[in-house]
Amino acid sequence: MANESIIEVKNLTKMFNKFTAVDGINFDVKKGEIFGLLGPNGAGKSTTLRMLSTLARPTKGTAIIGGFDITKNDNEVRKLIGIVSEKMIMYNRLTAKENLWFFGSLFNIPKDVLTKRIDELLELVQLTKWKNAQVGTFSTGMRQRMNVVRALLNLPQVLFLDEPTLGLDPQSSVEIREFIKKLNRENGTTVVITTHMMVDADLLCDRIAIVDHGRIVALDTSANLKKTISGADTTIISLEISNLSPELITALRGLNCVDAVTQENTLTLRIIVHGSEAFDSVIDKVRAMNGKISSMQNLQPSLEDVFLHITGHQVRDTADQKIPQEHKRFGASQQGRIR
Amino acid sequence: MGAKTLFSHSMRIAWKDLTELFRNRLGLVLLIVMPLFMMVMVGFIYPSNGGTGANLPVGIVNEDSGFNNSTLPSQTFIMGLEIMNNQTHFLAFSNVTTMADIKDMVQRGDLEGGIVIPSNFSQSILTGEQGTVIVITDNSNLQISAQINGYSQLYIEQLSTVLAQKNVQSLNATNALAVVNPYSIQLQGVVSGTTNYFDFVAPGIMAMTVMMSVMTGLPVAISQEKEVGTMDGMMVAPINRLSIILGKTLGQTARGLLQGVIILVLAIGLFGVAIQGSILLVFALLLLGVFSFVGLGIVITSFTKDQETAQMLMMTLMFPMMFLSGVFFPIQTMPWYMQDIAKFMPLTYAADAMRKVMVLGAGISAISTEIIILIAFGAIMTAIAVPVFRRMMTR
Repeated sequence: MANESIIEVKNLTKMFNKFTAVDGINFDVKKGEIFGLLGPNGAGKSTTLRMLSTLARPTKGTAIIGGFDITKNDNEVRKLIGIVSEKMIMYNRLTAKENLWFFGSLFNIPKDVLTKRIDELLELVQLTKWKNAQVGTFSTGMRQRMNVVRALLNLPQVLFLDEPTLGLDPQSSVEIREFIKKLNRENGTTVVITTHMMVDADLLCDRIAIVDHGRIVALDTSANLKKTISGADTTIISLEISNLSPELITALRGLNCVDAVTQENTLTLRIIVHGSEAFDSVIDKVRAMNGKISSMQNLQPSLEDVFLHITGHQVRDTADQKIPQEHKRFGASQQGRIR
Repeated sequence: MGAKTLFSHSMRIAWKDLTELFRNRLGLVLLIVMPLFMMVMVGFIYPSNGGTGANLPVGIVNEDSGFNNSTLPSQTFIMGLEIMNNQTHFLAFSNVTTMADIKDMVQRGDLEGGIVIPSNFSQSILTGEQGTVIVITDNSNLQISAQINGYSQLYIEQLSTVLAQKNVQSLNATNALAVVNPYSIQLQGVVSGTTNYFDFVAPGIMAMTVMMSVMTGLPVAISQEKEVGTMDGMMVAPINRLSIILGKTLGQTARGLLQGVIILVLAIGLFGVAIQGSILLVFALLLLGVFSFVGLGIVITSFTKDQETAQMLMMTLMFPMMFLSGVFFPIQTMPWYMQDIAKFMPLTYAADAMRKVMVLGAGISAISTEIIILIAFGAIMTAIAVPVFRRMMTR
C-alpha cells in the first residue's frame, strides 16, 4: 500500500512552438505522499502541473493518475484530482458559499451531500462566519484558503498545488502549510506541490524533485538531497567581511576549491567549497586582498545550497526576474547564472 | 445522462454569470443607459416629422405603354401602393406625367420624391420578367431620401411577395396554399398615431443591440475568465466542454434580451413607436438573430487570448455591421458594392425582418426568406465554431 504509485509520469513533454518547456520528464508519486517540484520560475513546474491536472495537453508522453491516462480519460482523472492554481479560482461577486456551490455542482455531487460538505469545508478553514459575504471583500489570506477549499469539493485523491504560498504573509503561509499537512495526514490525500520557496519544500515535502530547464535534475528526500553536498568533502561557509568589495567576490570565485559564491547581504557571503584545503585557501585569498573577516561560520546545507550546487545558479535570481511566460525563460536564466 | 447533464451544467454557468451581472451595479445601470443613449441620439438625429403621420409628398409617374393593350400590371401595382399607404400614411401620392416633371418638382420643393413605372413594366411582368420600378429621391436631403427609400422599399417588397404568391398559386394550387398565406394578413396592421423615422430605426436598433451584446459579451466573458484564471476551475471539472460555451451563451442571451426589452419599452414609452405585428414573433426573431451570431462570437472567442484583443476585434467588426446592415440608413441608398457586403451580414436580415414585423405587422410567411437565411447563417457558423472551440479548450 505504502509504496503504491498513484501518479506515473512517462516521458511528459510540452513544447510551445520550438521552445521545450517540459523536456521528457519521468517520475512516480506514491500514494499518500507530499511531493514537491522545486525550481525557479519558468523551469517548467507549472506547465507540468497543468498537464497533470488535464488543463494542458502534453506534446509527447503522458501520465497515469489513479489508473487513468491523462490524455485519454481526462474526465475520469478530473474526478480524482483537485487543483489549487496560482491564480484564485473564485468569482469576486459571488459569496463564499455560492462559489463553492457553483464549482461543486459541476461535479454532480448530490445536493444534500454538497450542502453538508460546503459547511464542513468552510468550518475547516474558519470561514463559516463569512460564508454569505462576497469573496471580493476577502483578504488575500482568506481568499487563498477559499482557493484551497474549492479544490477539495470533490474530495480528491490527489491535490495539485501551484505555488500555494505565493504572495502570502508568513502567518498565512504557515496556516496553508499546516492545512496541507493535516489534509495529508488525516485524509491520506496525495499532494503534489510546485514552489520556488525552499521553506515550503523543506517543511512540507516527503520527496522533492528539483526542476531546471524543463528537466528533473535531482529527486530525493530533503535530507538525502542535502547529504549530497554535506557528505563527501563539500562544506558551506558563511563569511562576514567588513570591507567586502566586488573584486574580492570575483577573486574568491576564481579559486579552484570554490563551487559557488552568493551574497547574503552587504557584508556576508555564502560560499560552497570542497577539499580539505578549502578553508585555508579562502582565508588566504581574503587576507591577500586586505579583506577583514569579522565572522566565519560553518553552515548546515539548505535546499538552496543543493539547488545551487546542482544547477550552478540560484533559485532566487531567476525567481526575482518575474518572468510571466515560460517562453521568456532563456534570457532570464542566463542572467541568473552566477559563474 | 449526456444531454441532461450538459444542459444542467449550462444552466449553472448561465445562472452564475447572471448573478455576477446583477451584483454589478454600475454595469447594470450601463445596461439600461447605453440603449437609452442610443435611442435619444437617434431620436435627435432623425427627428419626428411631427403631428399626424409622415405623409411625405411623392409623385407617381406611369410611363407603362402596356402589353397586348393591357396596362393591368402597372394599374394593380399603383393600386397596391395606394392601399398600403392608406393604412400607414407614410407617403402622400400624387400623379405626375413625366420623370422630368418629378425632378423639377423635387427641386422646387413641391415633392420629396417620386416613383416611376417604366414603359416596359407590364411587358416584363406579363412575359415572366422582373418588373423594375424606379424610386427617385432628393439625395441632397439624406434624411428624407432615406425615409422615402425605406418606405418605398417596404411597400414594393410587400407587393412583390403578394404577386409572387399569386404566381405560385396559379402554378400549383395545393402547394401554394401550404406555403403562402393570403396577402391580406400582411396588410392588416394599421399604423396609428404618430409615425416617424424612428419607426424605421427602432426595430433595427433592437436587433442590433441584442445580437451585438451576445457577440461582444461572449468573447469578453470567456476571455476574462481565462485571464482571471476562473476558467481553470470549470475546466478541471468533469463536464462537457460544450456546456461551458452553451452556458455562457445562455447567460449572454438573457442579458441581450433584457436589453432588447429595455429598448422596446423606451421606444414605445418615449418615442411613441407602435408595434403592429406579434410581439412573440419579435422575440422569436431576436432569438434567431442571437443564434445566427453565436457562432461568430465563439470563433472570435477561440482566437483571442485576452479581453483587450477580444474587445478590439469586436469593435472592428461592429462598426461596419452597424452602418452597413441598414439599421440607421436604408441599404438601398448605399453604393452597390456596399449593398453586396451588407448581404453577408446576418444583422441585415434580422433588422429587415424585425422592421417588417414591427412596422408593417408582417406574419411569418412574409419574412420566411429572412428566417431561412438567418437559420442558415447560424447553422454554418455553429458548425465552424464548435470544433474550433473544442480545439482551443484543450491547448
